[in-house]
Amino acid sequence: MYASHDYQRVYVWQQPVRWFHWINALCITVLGVTGYLIAHPPALLSGAEASAGYWFGTVRFAHFLAGYVFVANFLFRIYWAFAGNKYANWRNFLPLTRAQFRQVWDVLRVDILQLSNQPVPALGHNAVAYFTYAGTGLLTLFQIGSGFALYAPMSEAWLPQLFVWVTPLFGSEQNLRLFHYAVMWAFAVFTVIHVYLVVYHDYVEGHGVLSSIIGGWKFMEKRHAQADPATGISGFRGRAAPAPAPGAKTPATPAR
Amino acid sequence: MQTEIQPRPAAPREETIYEHLCARGVSRREFLSFCAWMGACIGLEQSGVAQMVQALETRRRIPVVWLHFQECTCCSESFLRSSHPIVADILLDKISLDYTETLLAASGHQAEQCLRDTITKYRGEYLLCIEGSVPLAEDGVYCCIGGRTAKQIVEEVAADAKAIIAWGNCACSGCVQAAKPNPTVATPIHRVLGGKPIVNVQGCPPIAEVMAGVLVHLLTFDRIPQLDAHGRPKAFYSRRVHDTCYRRPNYDAGLFVESFDDENARKGYCLYKVGCRGPSTYNSCGTIRWNGGVSFPIQSGHPCIGCSEANFWDNGPFYQRLPNFPGFGIESTADRLGVAAVGAAAAGAAAHAVLTNIRKRAEIGEQPGENAERAEAKAGQP
Ligand code: SF4
Repeated sequence: MYASHDYQRVYVWQQPVRWFHWINALCITVLGVTGYLIAHPPALLSGAEASAGYWFGTVRFAHFLAGYVFVANFLFRIYWAFAGNKYANWRNFLPLTRAQFRQVWDVLRVDILQLSNQPVPALGHNAVAYFTYAGTGLLTLFQIGSGFALYAPMSEAWLPQLFVWVTPLFGSEQNLRLFHYAVMWAFAVFTVIHVYLVVYHDYVEGHGVLSSIIGGWKFMEKRHAQADPATGISGFRGRAAPAPAPGAKTPATPAR
Repeated sequence: MQTEIQPRPAAPREETIYEHLCARGVSRREFLSFCAWMGACIGLEQSGVAQMVQALETRRRIPVVWLHFQECTCCSESFLRSSHPIVADILLDKISLDYTETLLAASGHQAEQCLRDTITKYRGEYLLCIEGSVPLAEDGVYCCIGGRTAKQIVEEVAADAKAIIAWGNCACSGCVQAAKPNPTVATPIHRVLGGKPIVNVQGCPPIAEVMAGVLVHLLTFDRIPQLDAHGRPKAFYSRRVHDTCYRRPNYDAGLFVESFDDENARKGYCLYKVGCRGPSTYNSCGTIRWNGGVSFPIQSGHPCIGCSEANFWDNGPFYQRLPNFPGFGIESTADRLGVAAVGAAAAGAAAHAVLTNIRKRAEIGEQPGENAERAEAKAGQP
C-alpha cells in the first residue's frame, strides 16, 4: 500500500498575494481592453454633437486610472517579495541555484514533452512558472515605463514625469506607442497560456492549484510537502540547500 | 538651456532696425503692432514686448550666413511667405543675409568669396542658419558646394558663429533623406556639430511665424530661447498639435472619420483613425496655423503627418493609426502579429490538452489517487 496520496493541506498564497493576483488580473484586463479601444476605436454612429459625448475620453481615463493602480499593485508585490512567506520570496524569481535549473528541465520533461507521468512536486510555483512571472514582471515594468512616458505630456504629476527619458530611447513617441501596444499582445498570449496551464495542473495533478488563488491552500502528498524539492526551491531555507538526491526527481522512495 | 551670447557692439553709421523700417515707410503704429503680434507668438509678457521694441529700435543688423545642404528649400519658401510684411523686411533685410545660395545674386567664386568675407569680417558675430542635412557616407561626396563637402563647410562656418539655427526637419533630424535605409547617411546638424548649442526649428517646413519668432527672440534678448529635450524652442514646440486641435472635442467624444470623404469627414470629425499624428507631434499648427492663420492640415481635412518629429517618414504608413511593426516585413501590423501569437498560443494549448488526455490518462480519473498510485507503482518499478 502506498501512502503517497496522503494529502497535506499547505497554506501557500497569503492573502496579500491573492489580492495582488486579482487586482493585477483586473488591471491587465481593463488596460488591455481600453488599450485596444484606444488603438482601434469602434465606429459608433451617432448624430449627436461632440459636446454631448465623452466616451473616448472616459475610456482613456479608465486606462490611465488602471495604470496607476497597476503600478501601485506592482510596487506592493515587490515589497511583499521581501515581506511575504517563502513562496512569495524574491529569490524564487531569480535563477540562483542549480536546483532551479534542474526543476526547469523536469517541468519541461513532464509537462511539456510529457515523457513522464510523475508530476513535479512544487508548492508555490515550479521554477518555470516563477521565471515566467519574472518575465511578465519585466513586461510590466516596460508597460509602466512606456505608458507613463506616453502619459507625461498630458500630465503635470510627478510620477509620469519620472519616465520622460524613455521616449528618446525609442526615437519617437509614435514608435514608443507601437511597442507599448505590442506588449499588450504579449500579455494576451501570457493570459491564454497562464489560464490553460493552471487548468491543466489542476486537472492532472489534483493539487488544488485553481482554488489556491482564492483560498490560499494547496494540497500536496505528505512526503512531497515535507521533502526539499517541493519546498526547498520555493523556500530557500538555507541558501545552499543540499542538492536533493538523484532519486528526488522521481521519488520512488517509500514515504516517510 | 539658456546660453548667453555677447551682444554685438553697435557698428557706427549703420542704421538700427527701426530706423530702417521708418525709412521703408513703416509707421510707428505698424511697428508696434508687429512687436505686439510677435510677442504674442513667442509668448512674451507685456514687459517683454517693450524690451523687443527697444531692441529693434537700438540694435543693428546681424550678419547672417544661411547654408543649404540636403534639402528642398521649403524652409526658405515658408519663411519668404510669412504673412507679415515686416517679417520679410526685418528678417531678410535687417538681419541681412550675407550668404545664402538660394537668394544670392552672386554665383560661383563670387558667392564663395562672399561667404569667406562674411565669416572673417564678422568673426563671432554672425548668425548661422542651416537648412538641410549633412551626408556623411563616402566622405560626404553626396553634397559638395564649391568643391568642398557639406561637412567641411558647416564645421568651418560654425566654428565662429554667434548662434546656430537648424531650420526644418532636414537640419534637425534628417527628414526624408535620412529615412531608412538612409543611403547617404544624411545626418542632422546637431550630430555633426556635437557640443554646440543649436536651436532646432522643426517642421517640414517650419511655420514662417515660428521662424520669425525665433529670429526676433535672438534679436531681442541676444540669447537663444529656452529649448526642449530635442533642442526645439519651447515657446513653439511645447504642446502637441492634439492639445490645440479644434477637432479635439470629437476625439474625446469618440467621433472619428472612418475614411476620407465619408459622412464623418464632412462633419469634421477627428482624424485619429485615418492616421493623425497630432497626439504625438509637438508644433504650433493648431494655434499659429499656416499662411497667415488661414488653415493647417487638419483644418483642411488631412491628418497631421508629424513633420516636426524625428523619423516621421519611418513611422508610416501615414494613413494608419499605428506604424507597421519593424522587422517583420511590410504590412505587418502589431495586430496581425498579436492575433497570430494569441492564436498560436491557443492552438498550442488545445494540442497540449489533447496530448495530456492521451499521455497522462493514468493520472486523470474519477479517483485520481488510485489511478496515480497505480501509475506511480508502475513508474517506480525498476
Ligand atoms: S484630428 Fe488629430 S490632432 Fe485633432 S483631435 Fe483628432 S487626433 Fe488630435
